[in-house]
Formats: sequence, structure tokens, C-alpha cells
Amino acid sequence: MEQVGQRKIDGLWLTVVGIAVLFFLILPTLIVIPMSFSGASFLEFPPTSFSFRWYTAYFTSSEWMSATKTSLIAAVLTTAIATPLGSLCAYGLHCSTPRIRNTAQILVIMPIVVPVILIAVGVFSLYAKLGLNYTLTGIVIAHTALALPFVIVTVMSGLQNYDFDQELAARSLGASRAYALWTVTVPQVKFSIQTGAFLAFITSLDEVVISMLISGGDNATITRRMFNSLRDQLDPTIAAISTCLIVVSVGMLIGVQLIGRGKDKTK
Amino acid sequence: MTTAAQSLPIDIANLSKAYGSVKALLDVSLNIAAGEFLTLLGPSGSGKTTLLMALAGFVRPDGGSIRFGDQEMIATPPHKRGLGMVFQSYALFPFMTVAENVAYPLKVRGVSKSDQKTRAERALDTVQLGGYGDRRITQLSGGQRQRVALARAMVFEPQIILMDEPLSALDKKLREDMQIELKALHQKLDATVVYVTHDQREALTMSDRIAVVNHGRIEQVETPERLYRQPHSFFVADFIGESVSLPVEVTNDKAQLGGRLLKSDLPIAIGRGGHRLVIRPELLEVTAGAVPETANDLSGHVHDIIYQGDSVLVIVQHDSAGQINVRVPANRAGQTGLPSKGERIGLALHPEDTIIVPEHVA
Amino acid sequence: MSVIELQNASTLKSEERRERLTFLGLSMPAVLAILIVVFLPIFWLSSLSFYNAAGEPSLENYARIFESALYRRTFVVTFQISIAVTVICVLLGYPLCYWLTKVPDRTAAILMVFVLVPFWTSVLVRTYAWLVLLQRNGVINSSLMSMGIIEEPLQLAHNLTGSIIGMVHIMLPFLILPLYATMRSIDTDLVRAAVGLGSSPRGAFWRVFFPMSLPGLFAGIVLVFILSLGFYVTPALLGGGRVQMLAQRIESTITVYSNWGAASALGVVLLLLALVMIWLMNRVFGLDKLFMR
Repeated sequence: MEQVGQRKIDGLWLTVVGIAVLFFLILPTLIVIPMSFSGASFLEFPPTSFSFRWYTAYFTSSEWMSATKTSLIAAVLTTAIATPLGSLCAYGLHCSTPRIRNTAQILVIMPIVVPVILIAVGVFSLYAKLGLNYTLTGIVIAHTALALPFVIVTVMSGLQNYDFDQELAARSLGASRAYALWTVTVPQVKFSIQTGAFLAFITSLDEVVISMLISGGDNATITRRMFNSLRDQLDPTIAAISTCLIVVSVGMLIGVQLIGRGKDKTK
Repeated sequence: MTTAAQSLPIDIANLSKAYGSVKALLDVSLNIAAGEFLTLLGPSGSGKTTLLMALAGFVRPDGGSIRFGDQEMIATPPHKRGLGMVFQSYALFPFMTVAENVAYPLKVRGVSKSDQKTRAERALDTVQLGGYGDRRITQLSGGQRQRVALARAMVFEPQIILMDEPLSALDKKLREDMQIELKALHQKLDATVVYVTHDQREALTMSDRIAVVNHGRIEQVETPERLYRQPHSFFVADFIGESVSLPVEVTNDKAQLGGRLLKSDLPIAIGRGGHRLVIRPELLEVTAGAVPETANDLSGHVHDIIYQGDSVLVIVQHDSAGQINVRVPANRAGQTGLPSKGERIGLALHPEDTIIVPEHVA
Repeated sequence: MSVIELQNASTLKSEERRERLTFLGLSMPAVLAILIVVFLPIFWLSSLSFYNAAGEPSLENYARIFESALYRRTFVVTFQISIAVTVICVLLGYPLCYWLTKVPDRTAAILMVFVLVPFWTSVLVRTYAWLVLLQRNGVINSSLMSMGIIEEPLQLAHNLTGSIIGMVHIMLPFLILPLYATMRSIDTDLVRAAVGLGSSPRGAFWRVFFPMSLPGLFAGIVLVFILSLGFYVTPALLGGGRVQMLAQRIESTITVYSNWGAASALGVVLLLLALVMIWLMNRVFGLDKLFMR
């Protein structure tokens, strides 16, 4: 009897803590979205009036629009370069000898774990020599290197879950390695490749520290502008921008998940 | 199914493959006749799968020669070897329908769409899956998947078909049915089949010849019956069929068991290490009286009698050499005059059944 | 061995080499990109730390790090914050993950959205939200005051407290994701068996479940600690200039003081700390686990 009571108390305590932590995690999102629709010219919560004025401010500001354009172009180019390069790399490593694979794996995940400020300062000084600071090319190259590990890791794990005998079977049945890769392997790791592409896009779009140092002028990214703006004052326009960023990230996440679920159904 | 092409012989010479210090294949030589059903039989890790994968082109040997007909194939990439192959996991493409799977080798070869369709249907008919073309792979049972893999491997009428333990994922009953069916299919197909298994019974049932593989070498290549009756090494004797063995002394081609000369019609293979007498339980004869002079006397006392349904296993304590198992049919004839536990039993081993093998092949 | 077999052996050898080179070739563009953009500049940067202002080789920069009170303070603050953030993440994350293993699978999947949405939201966006929440007349202060709990607004942003709250929010998913994955793979039958064999539920938790969850917990702790050591954005914004962690010190040493020697010495120390942590994580958890799902 006593034990049952104890268990109930334990369970209740756990539920309360669990819900509190989840609330803590979601709280910023809960605040930012309603606030972006506030009609007041200062930050108030809960908002007392509804308006699109901060969205209007965002979409009519040439500075914000130019930064948004830079960020989107950089993210699209980064995705377009990092996804095929990373996928090929993953396939190459998957087929390599274990020694090469293990060495390369350690090397490849370094950009994820090395403090990004060191990469930022390093890239900044390298670009100073090459004249790449404040250029779109510079941003795309840096973001590509940063996004590659995510593509490689996801595609490699996809390949690991895939029955590689299928590619062998295709080749034994007369398909060249390239044709077998394209017609049999790629369709089955498509979901991993899409996930990798999504990660590459988000990595570039949300990247702050490197962009802060190497982007600027006409090629300032949206994160760089946001960071500088937040240092000075709390402009409610940022709530509108933030909401847009949340919608893009979460929307893409849901999209990738839906594609993945669709794939499972046809399986 | 009619085949345009003739089946091809396979000649393997001095094939070797090492993974670091582990030698997976040790100078393997093997000639497989055109149209033959040859099984590579061995325990796991023996090198049989490595040998098959080398034939398919997925394992690159260190040296040697592989010829299909007169053509050297050792450096030819897999897709130019013209083989049909069935994998242990079937390796069907799950995102394609049954018909698309079977038509894949035809599509690769640039066969027209309509031809692809009729030939895939015909192949599916051959494996008794007519009308299953539009199904998804996930809708099929294990046995049906097995048949699809088979249809896919033969739809383009290859001259050689390789099979890597294709039946190991099926349950016992289905496996035995498929063994008979595969054998019948082979006779229809006119293709050389190289089949890998670790199941000696499966090998005996299906093969024209069996190559027993052990530690990267082929210990013996023989027809099933001769392999069973005249093994060349203790490994082969022990791996195939049921047996007990007793150590024997061999001098000048004469074997002695416990100081008594053994009469044998079979030659003793050359090898290393000591020798053993291999006794198949069903080849021993229970004698009512004394053992005839022409046979070897292995009499002893009955230690235990175990009823096993179709037969009875009698465990006999031999006078000097240890335990011997005898199998007698469970019918009345077999049971008449069978002594009971503790009594003396007369056992005759005839010279044509007296198998003496070296511990290791030369 | 015949002539043909000898020929074959050499053909096979060159084929093998060609195939290996092909695979290496497929991997090379990506590996080179990472080497050139990430490794090369960091090596070059590290080499700067071994020269003094006059361009002569020396260890002056390192000597300064250990002598200067300012740099020493930076290290102390960085470690204090990183440890505090890690501890708080464990205290919040462990009960949450444990609770998630107890609720039905579908509910847990839905609740994980509350972890994943912030995880996929930009760090800047989240930091902005915390600025709004924590500032002097922000949401938290005004609601606490209207409830009569406090009379004066609390100083929550632009200081250590704000930095830690913001960082915990950013880091928490990095602890939860590996920990929850490990907990889910624990066979609950084992715990039930322990209870069946006479352990109290609490005893079963501490003797069976907790030890089995340790690899995931450890991975999460190392991940959070590494990321915290080199973290820039949130402390820079929520610390309001009062909290200087290593990353900000490196950045300001370059952009404000143009002292590349000192900045790179700090960078080398930070890099070594991170590498030691990664090495530790590799020993205990295995970095190659990252490559599996």
C-alpha cells in the first residue's frame, strides 16, 4: 500500500517536472509569434491589439529585404552544392576500406564539434588574403563546408540501413555500378539525402557567427543584421522576422517528415 | 523455357584471396562442367561465399584465373559477366513491383518494353508466380520472394547462375519442397549452377557434384554418393552425414583397430596426421550369432537404446575402442533379435563400408 | 603458376588500386572543402600564437594568457558558465526524458515536438525571445509584479543569469536527444523483472535503469559542455557585455584590439579543450555512433 502511494507521488512529481521543462522549451516560440502581430510600437505581452505593421515594416525595408535575399540565395546555393558533394562523399566512404572510412569520418565531423568561433576567425583571416570577405561566394563556400558534415552523416546512416546486396544484385544482373547506384541505391536513400539537404539549408540560413565576420555591406546576411540590431535595441520588427524564420524551419521539417512518411507507406 | 545460349563450363585455377593475414582462399582450383549443378559446401567462414563472390566479380582475388568457357573473366566487372545471381537476402528492390524486379535485367540490356513484359511474365510463370506481376514485394511471403529472386536471375537466360544460400531463410518444410523444385528447374534451364550452402543434406539432395570447402581450400569434389561413401578426409566424413569415428593405426596401407587388422575395400587417401575409422550408424549390421569372417567384428555391449520414430539408435560400448552408434529400422525386421540393455550385441562392418580417412588432407 | 595467372595478379592489383582511387575521388571534393575551409585556417591561426608582436617565435602569448587577470577571469567565467549550464541541463533533461519513456509512444512523439521545434529554430530567434522575456519591463518581470510576488523588477537580462537561462534553453535539446534515444533502447522488461524479483520501483530505477541510461547521458553532457565552452551568440546578447566568455574574448581581441597573437593563443587553448572533450566522448560513446540511426 505504502509502495503504491510512493509510486503515485513519484509519478506525479515526474509529470510536473516534465511538463514544466517542455513549457520552458516552447516558451520563446509562444512569446515571439503573438508578439509579431502586436499593434503596439513597443514590446508588450500579451499584445493588446492586432496588426501586421511589423510584417509591413519588414517587407518594405530595403535593408531587411536585401539581407533576406542574401541569406536565401546563400542557403539555396549551399544546399545545391553541399547535397551532391556530401552524398557522393558518403557513398565513396561507405565503399572504402574501414581504415580510410574511420579516418575520414573523424575528419568530416570536426566542423560540427570544433567551436564555430575558431572557424569564423580562421575563415575571416583566410578570406582577407583572398578578398572573399563581404562576398556571396565567400559566404557560400564557408556555409558549404559547415553544412557538408550534416549531409555526409545523414546519407551515411541511410546507406548503413540499406541492404547493400541490392546494389550487388543490380550489378550482377547487368547494371554498371553507376547505373545500379542511380536506379537502385539512390531511390532508397532518397529520404536521407532530402534530410541532408534540409539540414544544409537550415545550417546556412541560421548561421550567425561566421556570417557576422565575413558578410557585410550589400552581402550582409539576415542573421548578421539581426545580431547587430539586437545589440542595440529590441526592434519589434525582429519578432516578425523571427516568426518567418520559425515558419520556414518548422515548415521544412514537417515537409521532410511528410515525404518520409509517404515513403514508408509505399514500402 | 527454351534457351538460345548453351551453358558454359567454369574453370577456376589457383585462385587466392587474403584479407590481411587471414587467407580466405588458398590456391583453389576447380573445374565445373557445362550444365552442371555444383554445390560449394562448408561451414561458415570456410571461404565458400568468398569463392562464389569471386565468381560473381564482387570479391577481387589476389591472383589465379577464372574462365567461363574460353574467356578469362577474373578482371571483368560483375555486370559484364552475364551471370544470374540469387542472394541469401534475395536483394529484391522493395520500391519496384514484382514485374519491375523481374524485368530489371532486361531493362538494363535495352530490351523493348513489350518484350520485357512478355519475358518477365514467362519467367514468373516458370516459378509458378504467374499473375503476381503487379504485387509489391512487401505483399509476398518468404517463399514467394525467393521465387521472384529466382525469376529475376534467370529471365535473361544467363549461361551461369550463382546462388548464395538461397533457401536458408525458409522454414524446413518449404525448404525441402524448394530443393526438389530448384533441381527440376535446373534440368529445364540448361545453365551451369553454382550453389552455396552449409546444409549437407541440401547439398546431397540437389547437386550433381559437391565441392567441400574448409579453411579456404577445397577438400574434395565428388558426386553426392561417392562423397558420402568415400570421403577423403576426416573433415569431409564428419561434415557429411552421421558418423562416429575411432582412431586407428595405419602402416603400409593396412589399418589396425585395437591390434586387429581392419578389412577394407576402399583406398586410404593420402593425408597428414593420424587416421580414423569412420562408422556410419546405418551401415553396421547387427548379427544374430557370430560376426562372419569376411566382415570386421565391432561387437560390444548395448549401452542404451533410443527410439527416434523412423529408426532406433543403439549405443554400443565396444570391447576396446569406445562407443559406437548403430541405427536399425524401427520396423519389425529391424527389431527382431535386438538384444536389450546390457546384453552383448554382434556388429559387422563390411569391407565395402569400412571407411578409413586421414585427419587432414594432404 | 602460369603466365596468364601472373598477368591476372598484376591486372587485379591495378584494378584494386583504381577502384580505391575512384572511391577516394568521390569523397575528395567534400573532404577537401572541409580541409581548406575549416582545418587550414585553424592551423594557420594556431601558428600565429607562437610568434610575438615583432614576428619572432616565442611563447609570449601563452605566458600572457596565464599571467593576465583579464584572461584568467575569462577562463574562470567560461568554465563556471559551462558547468552551470551542463548541470542545469541534466537536472531538467533527465526527468523529462524519463517521463517521456513512461507516457504512451504516441503521446511521447507529440511531446517531442516541444523539443524539436525550438531545436530547429534559429539560435538568434530564441535569444531574441529570451531578451524580450527577461528584460527589466519584460514578460516575466511584469507578470511576477502583477501577481504581487515581487515589487521591484528582477535583473534577469544583460547579466550572468540571463546568459545561463538562454544557454540552457539552447543546449537542452542537445542533452535530451542522445539521452532519450538511449533510454528508449533500454529494455523495460529488465526493469519490470527487477521489480518482479523484489526490488522496489525506486531501487530498480537506480540499480537497473539509471546505469543503462548512462552512455546517452554522458554523450549529452559532453556535447553540451563542448558547445558551451565555445558558445558565442547567446552570452554576447544576453550577457549585455558584462559576461565575457572565451568566444567573445577571442572575437573582441581581434576585431577591437587586432591582437591576432593573443586571440590565436586563446583559440588554441579552446581548441585543445574541445579536442580533449571529443576524444573523451569518442572513448566512451564512440563518435561513429553519430553515423548510425
